[in-house]
Amino acid sequence: MATTVIPFGPQHPVLPEPVHLTLKVEDEIVKEAIPALGYVHRGLEKLADIRDYHQMITVCERVCGICSMIHGTVYSQSIEELMDIEITDRAKILRVIWSELHRMHSHLLWLGLFADAFGFEALFMQFWKVRERIMDINEATAGSRVIVSVNVIGGVRADLSPDQCRWILSELDVAEKEIQEMQATIMEDYTVKHRTCEVGVLTYDQAYELGAAGPTLRGSGVASDMRMLGYGGYADLDFEPIIETSGDCWARSTVRFRETLQSIDLVRQAISKLPEGDIAVKVKGNPPEGEVYQRVEQPRGECVYYIRGNGTKHLDRLRIRTPTFANIPPLLAMMPECELADVPVIILSIDPCISCTER
Amino acid sequence: MLFTPTVVKNLLKKPATRKYPFEVREPFEKYRGELIIDIEKCIFCGMCARKCPCQCITVDKTAGTWACDPHECITCGYCVDACPTKCLTFKDVHRKPMLEKTTWVEQGTPPKPKKKAAAKKADAPAKEAKAEKAEEKPAKKAAPKKKAEKK
Repeated sequence: MATTVIPFGPQHPVLPEPVHLTLKVEDEIVKEAIPALGYVHRGLEKLADIRDYHQMITVCERVCGICSMIHGTVYSQSIEELMDIEITDRAKILRVIWSELHRMHSHLLWLGLFADAFGFEALFMQFWKVRERIMDINEATAGSRVIVSVNVIGGVRADLSPDQCRWILSELDVAEKEIQEMQATIMEDYTVKHRTCEVGVLTYDQAYELGAAGPTLRGSGVASDMRMLGYGGYADLDFEPIIETSGDCWARSTVRFRETLQSIDLVRQAISKLPEGDIAVKVKGNPPEGEVYQRVEQPRGECVYYIRGNGTKHLDRLRIRTPTFANIPPLLAMMPECELADVPVIILSIDPCISCTER
Repeated sequence: MLFTPTVVKNLLKKPATRKYPFEVREPFEKYRGELIIDIEKCIFCGMCARKCPCQCITVDKTAGTWACDPHECITCGYCVDACPTKCLTFKDVHRKPMLEKTTWVEQGTPPKPKKKAAAKKADAPAKEAKAEKAEEKPAKKAAPKKKAEKK
């Protein structure tokens, strides 16, 4: 059979961000996929040379437009570890609340896009309708929908009043009900299962060896979640990673769906355990010489920050490894022997965040 | 088929969206919409300009001007936190679209020269103050005009 080469992307209706895949196709079956990245490189890491370490928070938040809060948190955590600052318990729990809200809206966004990828537009709208509630919570409590800018070195900038906590809980109750209404559709519907079950299978061994991260990894049965490390306020909360074992697109979407509900539970737990106290401690001086390595769980998986300080207000090096970067080799392993029409669904199933990857 | 109940419910309910330009939601109280300054309270210390991560604020202490490029501003609110006199605040609605890029300049009263100069001419400051006040009035009028241009 002759091989045909089909370019996929960087502009494609299913792709929210530009990534290019060269697909080698025999008949309708994909034999090989070769990625090309670098369409949205912004050089954010280099900005550490000209922005001081406080200002870098806003830069780190802009690495990703969806999980901005968690980028800010991991950067602040790294600097706090480097400077040996102990933040208050209240600040830790507040960071958890906004982090989980971000995970929720990121997953809801993805579930919508995923539904759209296999042509289920009504489900897409339905998920995004629920997401709007979470965005409103962000806007009302932190002042902005996506880039919440609540992190500072030494704590957080915004506080939650008891009234706001009650309002968040009531909004989450409604959101939970609305999400659960969709559970049967995304997990059991015939059409959905037809497009996602046994499509893009990634086995346990493949996922582990290729270094997959986040829901892609957990969808293949590996129970790995950085929140188990108990960073920040997660040590105080009851938490168990969610796993599925089939390793196909259905498993990855189910993991994300269940994680959305789990995040609601985590926010409830966090609000019930919100201690009294200050929200930030004062920070003086510059980061000393030394290096720090931090890992956190983002909606898309494990995110790694490496920071080296040199005693001045500028950092020597800031290195960010985002989850999508880790998920590209597994993506290529999912492609062989899949049908051409399933390629959009498989690409979306790793939740690609290309701007994150290229920073 | 499992989605049918939701579809039927949605058909019977009113739309989830608003008819936007005609119907606008109440803004949230904490929303960081647009940076505004009460120039009368400003002491031109330049703290906001130093803290700003996108360097969109320029403060000139001698001339008593406070300038901000609204197109550069990312509404992070670091300047508001840093301001010692709390003259910077946020409006809860965002800036209207503009046709041209403008820099927003506010003219205030520059801080008075320090004690030495003031002690030498004991009667001069009074005249200077009067002169400053006279200058201030057109400046005050000029400021809203610039804002109006922006709109």
